[in-house]
Amino acid sequence: MSDKLKMVEKEFIKADIPNFKPGDRVKVNVKVKEGDKERIQPFEGDVIACRGEGINASYTVRKVSYGTGVERTFLLHSPRIQSIEIKRSGVVRRAKLFYLRGLSAKKARIKEKKFS
Amino acid sequence: MKGLIGKKIGMTRIFSQTGDVITVTVINAGPCYVVQKKTVESDGYSAVQLGFEELKPRIREVMRNGKPEKRQVVPTSPKAGIFKKAGISPQRYLKEFRTEDISGLEVAQMLDVAVFSEDELVDVVGVSKGKGYAGGIKRHNFHGNRASHGVKTHRECGSAGANTTPGRTIKGKKLPGQLGNERVTVKNLRVIRVDKEKNLLLLQGAVPGATNGLLYIKTTDIKV
Repeated sequence: MSDKLKMVEKEFIKADIPNFKPGDRVKVNVKVKEGDKERIQPFEGDVIACRGEGINASYTVRKVSYGTGVERTFLLHSPRIQSIEIKRSGVVRRAKLFYLRGLSAKKARIKEKKFS
Repeated sequence: MKGLIGKKIGMTRIFSQTGDVITVTVINAGPCYVVQKKTVESDGYSAVQLGFEELKPRIREVMRNGKPEKRQVVPTSPKAGIFKKAGISPQRYLKEFRTEDISGLEVAQMLDVAVFSEDELVDVVGVSKGKGYAGGIKRHNFHGNRASHGVKTHRECGSAGANTTPGRTIKGKKLPGQLGNERVTVKNLRVIRVDKEKNLLLLQGAVPGATNGLLYIKTTDIKV
């Protein structure tokens, strides 16, 4: 990618993004606009995929809500995201955790990474 | 009418103030110099000729009457005369923009991206990426033929017309041929940002051609 293109993107790239990986549980605080009021709507779940780089980077978060799997894909540098909190780190052996879609209950759990 | 010559840098996306994603093409436009002014009195039409990208003179040793002689090969002497007359350094690209009103422009005047403002609509002319000799499916979005059940062809164009009447293929029939590598104009692109310091122009949407392709940017001729 040319330097001039990077220069244009640089302005929109957030510096304060926590370092999370697929398998981690995150809470994404999304800004929601209702009329002329703005509030924060959290979305908490496991990161099942990260893709892209630079301004195009995005990640997919999956949670099970009332027995239904819900997935949302966010742009990493989107100004509509107020903050991302890492709730716990998981031990996973692949980069894309799409296999979780076919699993439920205890099988769909991700082992927690223990820091000694 | 306002016009500039530029080069495509590439595409990316930026965020608007409300957080919406805007797909943009980044163009390195200008600075351009007014090389000539064409007037109705002297040329029969009114236009302004712009030059873009500085051209370094190249001197090569050539044999003349059996003797080596140093001669400027770039720009060639007829072309060098144009720039000498205008009093500017040689430019690589020249392009005329037809416009009725040229009174505000002077020869040797510099034009940069500041001629355009944000939210303005522009037309962009470029040469599209060449795809070579392409068949009907790729070139004209024809449907393919059946894959099985005794069909012997899969990507052919089918019939080229009727039998005895008219007894010939009608002109303009869509057939395979050269696709791309032709002049394409994209109209009504919105200027998202003008960066005067870096000579960058950000337009919403795509423009024809490959990275580093030459582009002509002008005020849109679509009238609302």
